[in-house]
Parts: sequence; structure tokens; C-alpha cells
Amino acid sequence: MKKRKNDFILLAAVVIVAALIWGFTRMTQSEGAYAVVTVDGEVYGTYPLDTDTEIRIGDDEHYNILVIKDGKAEITEASCPDKLCVKQGEAEYDGQSIICLPNKVVVEIKGGKQSDYDAVAK
Amino acid sequence: MKKKMTGKQIAEYGLLIALAMVLSYVEFLIPFSVAVPGVKLGLANIVVVFALYRLGKTEAFVISILRVLLMTFMFGNAFALFYSLSGAVLSFAVMLLLLKINRFSHIGVGIGGGVSHNIGQILCAMVLLGTKQIAYYLPVLLVSGTIAGIAIGVIAGILIKRVKADKAK
Repeated sequence: MKKRKNDFILLAAVVIVAALIWGFTRMTQSEGAYAVVTVDGEVYGTYPLDTDTEIRIGDDEHYNILVIKDGKAEITEASCPDKLCVKQGEAEYDGQSIICLPNKVVVEIKGGKQSDYDAVAK
Repeated sequence: MKKKMTGKQIAEYGLLIALAMVLSYVEFLIPFSVAVPGVKLGLANIVVVFALYRLGKTEAFVISILRVLLMTFMFGNAFALFYSLSGAVLSFAVMLLLLKINRFSHIGVGIGGGVSHNIGQILCAMVLLGTKQIAYYLPVLLVSGTIAGIAIGVIAGILIKRVKADKAK
């Protein structure tokens, strides 16, 4: 059937585009130097990744606990209902981010040197 | 409005919007969440695809938008409304386009709907959060949207066939 064939072409096209974007973002990745935290689009703070620290973002009601350890940033605790930011795990490469939509918190990893491929293919 | 709505049409709207809302709620209840926000099945889209084929574009659009509005009023907040609406509108536009060019089956329409829903939400998040980094989720969301779209397309296809057959009796 002609339509089935077109469906399959559409499917293949989407998957290829997804693979290309993924490949491109992976290739251009480099290890980050610091984490930039923004809340509701405004910069909340900048924290170097080489210093282990724990930051509480937000107030008593809406908060995210950001932990920086061994050059990686991770949200370990959050007040949001879905906890997606916690599940996103660690971020260490330039351009990686941890996003909490309910609290409008974005943790972005920035700067740093170009990573070697072993580090990318972890 | 061209002509007055018949009682049957009103009942049909009510039924389908209620069904779409129940499906949204069912999906909300299923504890299925991955690390990436936005990965979901989009069960309510079954109703929209069904309406698109069986009732028409205006009806499908009304059902889609009303479902989003009503669900947001009950469970969401203003931000959820922006995400949901941008996804729903873009998804509807793409599905309508795919349907109109008549080159794809309901599965293709479902894929288009699923993928564009996720793209719409990402675009909205990029604007609202003021960050381009969220585009890193795009590959995952494209694939998950495709898988969800196929499932929705298959289910909607069965429904379109069955309900039509029922009416012919």
C-alpha cells in the first residue's frame, strides 16, 4: 500500500533527524567548567565544577538541591511533584543541562576544554 | 456558524471531550516517567485523531483545545497551559496537513502528531525558560513521539474502522 510506504518514510526520516541531532550534540560536547543556575530565566548563581558543594535553590516551598561533586552536577532533591530533574542524573559536559519545569530552574553546564572521545562514550 | 448544532452533535462533542479528558487522567495516573520531561503516550490524541477522521477538522480542533483547557483548569497551572497548548496546536496543524495531503495513513498522521506535539512543547520551553539547551532533549523526544504516534495511529485506526462499521448497521 502506498500510504504504508509513506508512513515508513516519515518514520525513517524522523529517526534519522533524531540520530543526526544526537550525533551532532555528542560530537560537539566538551567537559564543562562551571554550572550556571537560572531561575525563571534569571541567573541565580554560577558554581565551578571543580569545587564540591551543595546549593539550595529556591525557598522553603519550592526548592531544588544541587550537588556538585567530582566535576559533576546533580539535583539530588526537589520539591516538584514529578522529580524529573532528580531522575535526569548527572551533568558534566558543556551544554548539558538539568531542567526542572515546575520550579523553572535550569542548571546549565558551561565552558571548559574539549573532551576526549573516551570521556564522551562513557 | 453555518447551521445549528443538532442534539446528536452536541452529545458527540460532550462524549468525545469527556473521553479525551478521562484518557489524559488515566495517563496522568500511570506512573510512567523517564528522565526526559515530555516523554508520554498522549492517549488523548486517540480521540483527536478519531475526530479528525470521522467528524472533521473544526470538531477535532475544538475537542483538542477544550480538553487542554479543562484539564489545565482542574490539574495544571498557567505554565502547564502554555506547554500543553503549544503542543496541542502544533500537533493539530501537522496532523491536519498530513491528512489533507492524503499521502499518509492514520499511522503517519499519528507519528506527525506525536512528534510535532513534542517539538511544540520544546519550542515553548525554549521561549519560556529562555534557554536553547533544552533542545538537547529533542532526539529523545523525536523518537518517543514517533513510538507514541505509531501506537496512537494504530489504535485510532482500529476505532475509525470499528465505529464506522457500527454506524452502517
